Amino acid sequence: MAFNTLLVANRGEIAARILRTAQALGLRTVAVYTTADAGALHVALADEAVWIGEGPVGDSYLNGDRIIAAAQKTGAGAIHPGYGFLSENAEFAKKVEAAGLTFIGPDAQAIRLMGDKADAKRLMVGAGVPCVPGYEGDDQSETALTEAAAKIGFPIMVKAAAGGGGRGMRLVQDAGALLEAIAQARSEAENAFGSGALILEKAITEARHVELQVFADNRGNVIHLGERDCSVQRRHQKVIEEAPCPEMTSELRAKMGAVAIDAARAVNYRGAGTVEFLLEPSGAFYFLEMNTRLQVEHPVTEMITGLDLVALQIAVAQGEALPITQEDIAQNGHAIEVRLYAEDPSNGYLPATGPVDVWRPAASPGVRVDAGVQPGQEVSPFYDPMLAKIIAHGPTREIARARLIKAVNETVVLGTVTNSVFLTDVLGQDAFVRGDATITFLDQAYPEGFPAYQVTGRDVALALALMLDADQARAKASAGYVSSDQLGWSSAALLPSSATLTYGETEIQARALARPDGWTVWIEDDTFDITFSSNANGNVRACINNQTVDAVAHLTRDVAQIAVGAERLTFRRLRPGAQDEETAASGRIIAPMPGLLIEVAAEPGHNVAKGDRLAVLEAMKMQHQITATVNGVITAVHVKEGQQLISGDVMIEIEET
Amino acid sequence: MGFVSQVVRDSETYAKNRADMLALIDEMRALEARPAALSEQRRERMEARGQITPRDRLAHLLDPGMPFLQLHGLAGFCVDTDDPQKSVPGASLIIGIGFVSGVRCMIIVDDAGIKAGALVEMSGAAFLSAQDMALKQNLPFVHLVESAGANLMEYKVEFWANGGKLFRNLARHSAAGLPNVAVLHGPSTAGGAYMPGLADYVVGVKQNGMAALAGAALVHAATGEKANDRDLGGSEMHATTSGLVEYLAEDDAHGIEMARGVMARLDWNKSLPNRRSKEVQPPKFDPEEIAGVVPIDYRIPYDVREVVARIVDGSDFEDFKPGYGPATVCLQAAINGIAVGILGNNGPLDPAGANKASQFIQLCGQADTPLIFLNNITGFMVGTQYEQGGMIKHGAKMIQAVTSVDVPKITLYIGASFGAGNYGMCGYAYDPDFLFAWPNAATGVMGGEQAAGTMEMVARAGFQRKGIEPDEGKLAAQKAAITAHFNKQESAFYTSGRCIDHGVIDPRDTRRVLGFCLETCLEGRARSVKPSSYGVHRF
Repeated sequence: MAFNTLLVANRGEIAARILRTAQALGLRTVAVYTTADAGALHVALADEAVWIGEGPVGDSYLNGDRIIAAAQKTGAGAIHPGYGFLSENAEFAKKVEAAGLTFIGPDAQAIRLMGDKADAKRLMVGAGVPCVPGYEGDDQSETALTEAAAKIGFPIMVKAAAGGGGRGMRLVQDAGALLEAIAQARSEAENAFGSGALILEKAITEARHVELQVFADNRGNVIHLGERDCSVQRRHQKVIEEAPCPEMTSELRAKMGAVAIDAARAVNYRGAGTVEFLLEPSGAFYFLEMNTRLQVEHPVTEMITGLDLVALQIAVAQGEALPITQEDIAQNGHAIEVRLYAEDPSNGYLPATGPVDVWRPAASPGVRVDAGVQPGQEVSPFYDPMLAKIIAHGPTREIARARLIKAVNETVVLGTVTNSVFLTDVLGQDAFVRGDATITFLDQAYPEGFPAYQVTGRDVALALALMLDADQARAKASAGYVSSDQLGWSSAALLPSSATLTYGETEIQARALARPDGWTVWIEDDTFDITFSSNANGNVRACINNQTVDAVAHLTRDVAQIAVGAERLTFRRLRPGAQDEETAASGRIIAPMPGLLIEVAAEPGHNVAKGDRLAVLEAMKMQHQITATVNGVITAVHVKEGQQLISGDVMIEIEET
Repeated sequence: MGFVSQVVRDSETYAKNRADMLALIDEMRALEARPAALSEQRRERMEARGQITPRDRLAHLLDPGMPFLQLHGLAGFCVDTDDPQKSVPGASLIIGIGFVSGVRCMIIVDDAGIKAGALVEMSGAAFLSAQDMALKQNLPFVHLVESAGANLMEYKVEFWANGGKLFRNLARHSAAGLPNVAVLHGPSTAGGAYMPGLADYVVGVKQNGMAALAGAALVHAATGEKANDRDLGGSEMHATTSGLVEYLAEDDAHGIEMARGVMARLDWNKSLPNRRSKEVQPPKFDPEEIAGVVPIDYRIPYDVREVVARIVDGSDFEDFKPGYGPATVCLQAAINGIAVGILGNNGPLDPAGANKASQFIQLCGQADTPLIFLNNITGFMVGTQYEQGGMIKHGAKMIQAVTSVDVPKITLYIGASFGAGNYGMCGYAYDPDFLFAWPNAATGVMGGEQAAGTMEMVARAGFQRKGIEPDEGKLAAQKAAITAHFNKQESAFYTSGRCIDHGVIDPRDTRRVLGFCLETCLEGRARSVKPSSYGVHRF
């Protein structure tokens, strides 16, 4: 059914990306947004925007009725769901069609079939698609699941039948840990999908995650656009995606492609879809699941095929035949994508919130940045903390990889913690460089987790010099008649001023003295002579002990955020008299991140030992244990179960004994 | 066009001049370092008390990277002892003009690292000089207080009598509409208690800050009361009970932060008119070269234009009447874009030179152009020809002009500054806004040899009148004694020790010092303040 106005029922980078293509195709575009997203990029990009609720997704981006109402109000003929949210909600797809609108995606039946992992697997086995041995029975009793697990053999994966994206998913190494994993996975699955049904699968560890992009129209044409290798995963979440798969041969591609097309045909598929497989070194591959939507990582396919997948989706949705055949699909070079997240890799990948003070996407050749952020925006606790995707293309994998590292360095977000260093580190790992990464690669590369950056004296000196330079500029701006000639000069020797900076929990003492041409900073026994050859609008070129350093900086009076290479460093300067409140906080348990409090074990008056579980906070798909930081007596519990917390909320107080 | 320098940078003369001047500068820096080193010895003791040292306090107080002009750094040199090797200059104070939260302030830090900040003989003179300057230049005043008061063992009645002016000046300063802030870092007793008492804003540091008319010992002696110092005058008491302290600080650094906060909240420059910004060219000749251009012996002549070319914008100046009274040099130039009139000496003042200078001074007065006096003057010319030519009346006109002209006046002693020549060239008694000496300067009524020679002539005439043979041995001894007596007093370090200038500077800093002083004068004069009759009372 032809349409000329498209509503995008999503937010962030994918909404922006869809809007751009739609606009390029001449469509009128409508965005939906929440109060928390009022300043977001997709709102600014769309021709029209409709408010659909406050922050929480249940009242907004997951509320199909409001979205359909918004489409009807604005005269939109079609709804593009993006990924996540309602993109794989069969009920929603049905409602959209029932309202006389076009849902950009497969029909509700295909979504439903592929959305239920157990149904999908049964269906695929029937269609001759190779599947991982497992259990997808209706009997969800512990006994049934335990017996099935024993039959399949450990290690085993426990998964939510209705799930995706790692939610409700647990790897179980032996029978002893099975029941607890089932309980946790069920709870997560119930919270995330409203259904606690689980499936079991033989865990295949030394394999690659290889997925085939398929495309189907309403006229029986189904093609595949080649594969993507998404083996670099952390807790089943993709970190790096690339195309083609480094190990792929054209024979294997043809074989997997044919199977993927079979899978799509089995559900009478329409539009863009992805069939995910595990590929073993032997060349054997098993069906994992089919994602009935546009994937996050679709740009790598776009970059090597030269196709615009959103444009193809829209064409198919308009009722057109696919404008290309399988023979038209060419593979040109190599593309790699990384996902830039607001999270702290060296702190268990804790999701971060906060303002985006600086946003500077890379703009070098062969690089594409799909972003949903803009400067001044808040990273909200309500939504997925992905900030942007950075994709690099090159004639060879190595050039693409080198370009991508450079692009990650040059893409600067300041204001919230990001995983940029983690990304460049992974891109530089030997196994990844060789193209050998399997799905266990990240766990093997960082068995102790991602190490925290050891800040250097040079970093501290640069941060302090930047703060002092800003102090000086502020003083000069408010002073009377002071010529530039006078700056950094004193007629007699002054002592260096001292400053205490913090980097995370680390306190650093520094001393500094102005010179007419810059600053000298002393940290312990090291001396740093720093001159700024440019320092304006956050662009810094410093000469530190005769070596040039380029940085992007964002400064407030006592906070210096600097981007040097892939490092994004935040230094705070302690003001005299301002520390007293902070030092008294050791027995105060503070919410480490925003989330829903699903359990409170702490009770006032109870004795606790350091490490005792006090509460469980569910945030960003994970259940985080909140434990006692000191031995002592609980003096106050300020929170209760079911409460939504924001990062920094004081939860519990313990008097140290 | 422009000035053509005759200086040859790779000449022996240049190298010798430079070596001589750098040696003097080193001597000056070594003298400045003496009180700092002595005070530094108390660091551990002070830090153990939770305090920071006086110089650390200053570093905390000042805006990073903003200029600082030290004043009276050598105050008291050779006053405490005749021995220049042992004398500790500084008068137990650190004084200067600097920036606090963007506000140009007069700053005095009690050097509590030296004899617990007890005042010494020249402390009063230096303090008063700084206060006078603050009043004249409309500068707010910040005092970081920690002083044991006057040393009773060195008590002189005139110290006490003159000391009252410190407090009178504080009252005048407040009444002039100029805020002053005191941070009570340590004790401030007896008369010193009026330092916070007369301050507009007082920050008291917990534990250490203390102000009382009499400490526990004196109270016990006077009234028999057994009191303790914290109850008598602790910051905490003053903040809650007496009302002497407005802001209570956790420690020294916090107190200074609070003082910075007071200054920041004044929005002090809110009504200061903008100065038209101009593109300023640095001098074409490097100011660094001054050290090699100027011989330290004032008897060796050189062209003062060589100095000016290393001070003024673009080394660009206009000679006023260069052919008339040529030994007196009058130049129009600019420093940091500020037009100035510069007077210099290439020889003694003669009638034509004095007349030219007087006219030049009046022209600067007419145009409100600041004047800079580069003193290298041995005096007005003497001799029949000059007396008959009216040297006295021409000199008198110049002194009148210098006295009366109402523009910022900055005097530098860059060589000799003798006799009435010093008066004509705006010496100490002519109250210039700023007066600095180079380390090679020689100041006095006349040179030592000249004085000794004069006295020898008088003595020989006496012998002759009495018809006796001159006693050559006695004459030689007298000559040596007079020369030594004069020479000792003419050195820049000695005169600065007596506070008859504002300090000694590195000649290579001259452009920056003059720029700073000119900007201070212009800012002070452009500022509109709100004077009141009585100052702000403390309630």
